[in-house]
Amino acid sequence: MFAFCSDPATLPQWQWMACYLTTGSHFALYRSVLVVLLLLALAAPLALGMGFLGALAVRSGNLLLKSIGTIYVSMVRGVPDIIFFLFVPFAIDQGVEYARHRILCPDWDQPVRQGNDFIVCAAAKMPLATDPLWVHNVWGFSLALFAFALVFGAFAANTLNGAMNAVPRAQLETGEAYGMTRRQTFRRILLPQMWVYALPGLSNLWMILTKATPLLFLLGIQDVVFWARELGGQKTGHYEYTHPDWRVWYFLGVLVFYLTLTWVSQRGFDRLMRKLNHGQATAGGEAQRKAAI
Amino acid sequence: MKKLVLSAALLALGSSTAMAQTVTRLGTEGAYPPYNYLDESNQLVGFEIDLGNELCARAQLTCEWVQNDWDSIIPNLVGGNYDVIMAGMNATEARAEVIAFSQAYKLPDPSAYMALAGTDMSVMEDGVIAAQSNTMQASMVSDTSATLIEFPTADETIAAVRNGTADAVLADRDFLVTYVEESNGELEFLANVTPPGAGVSIGLRQSDTELRATFDAAIDSMKADGSLNALLVQWFGDEVDVFE
Repeated sequence: MFAFCSDPATLPQWQWMACYLTTGSHFALYRSVLVVLLLLALAAPLALGMGFLGALAVRSGNLLLKSIGTIYVSMVRGVPDIIFFLFVPFAIDQGVEYARHRILCPDWDQPVRQGNDFIVCAAAKMPLATDPLWVHNVWGFSLALFAFALVFGAFAANTLNGAMNAVPRAQLETGEAYGMTRRQTFRRILLPQMWVYALPGLSNLWMILTKATPLLFLLGIQDVVFWARELGGQKTGHYEYTHPDWRVWYFLGVLVFYLTLTWVSQRGFDRLMRKLNHGQATAGGEAQRKAAI
Repeated sequence: MKKLVLSAALLALGSSTAMAQTVTRLGTEGAYPPYNYLDESNQLVGFEIDLGNELCARAQLTCEWVQNDWDSIIPNLVGGNYDVIMAGMNATEARAEVIAFSQAYKLPDPSAYMALAGTDMSVMEDGVIAAQSNTMQASMVSDTSATLIEFPTADETIAAVRNGTADAVLADRDFLVTYVEESNGELEFLANVTPPGAGVSIGLRQSDTELRATFDAAIDSMKADGSLNALLVQWFGDEVDVFE
């Protein structure tokens, strides 16, 4: 990075530190912070979308939809997350490869499962072995993203369903009295009002999602925790920058990162709650009304 | 114009499938100096990286390195995420039930117990011994009367000895030796043990017999002209066991 970094062993303290903190692997650590934020930014709306669909399915009058929704919500909520994170990406990966194999290599005569081995033809690999590394990384990231959306979507579905049930019946009745259809009542009255009931549950979910991001590491994505462990470990003479076990400092940094993230989100949720409570027939809304007088 | 695009697309498709047969993906852990590790510029380096590149050059394969966590390194090989493991892996019988091995490219590493200076030898029988999980050493410890604690990376086993969580660590001597030498007498070897297994080898899928023969031939040629021994000495020093 800097011109004076050519021989780390001879550098004075602050210069050594400056060089050390700007090595290629430290930049990988800084990038991994962005990876975590990107995952959160994509996983939250996806999970909310899955949750919304799940809640609609559970409330649906259609028996098939209702049972699909109920099975999805109760199954995902009942199985430990870590099992889903290990199972879903592997299953999708092999499922996609198997499907591509059947389509792209119809005249392949060997079995796909040979003992322990899972073998598909080279053209069916997902991604192809010839694809550059970033394609492999994006594919891995997407699988992880899908697993997160699937797991957190089930929890969100339950929260949203509860929130929809919490909207006072009298409100919906008013809509019906005005001659609105079921769909109109849902869109105009139920949907805008349910968020105030859903928000505490959803903010909980967001916090849990934030803290679950280190599970990325299980899926082979090099996140903040991976780099803290990798860079913090003792570096012997095989490395240019030798240092003893510094994991405590690196993990302290990770701690600060996650605390900052949750603190900022909590402030965001507080503001959102104030906004949603405005004009609502809830204790929070009532308090706002009184304060305004 | 349409024809041009079509033929370009066909060409791209054709070349990618032709190349798909020849790219061999090599899986390694990247956390086990000097076998394989990430250097400061986030590049994989080490004995196995040099060796793997040379073997691929001799076998005329296009190779690409993939870094993978140690604990899932075998499942990801049989699942087809890469084709070869080169990660300081000893060819043990238990592993040979799941994957196939090439001939050894490094003679069986003596394993060694390392502990804080002044630790009594008896901890090897009744103490707490650290080892990396899913390693040969972990199963060696569980065969003794000592208590085994496992860690996902080798680095953490050393930290466990330093902070007193474990009385000693059992690992490859060639991995531990740098830690002992650089500890200014804080750490020392207790004893050496001869491990089972045929030596450090390339792990492959059992169905990949052709690739295995290719790598065996390349290793043979490196043994014959002495370049394998030169690499061993370069990365492990003069005391390493070399091939005759």
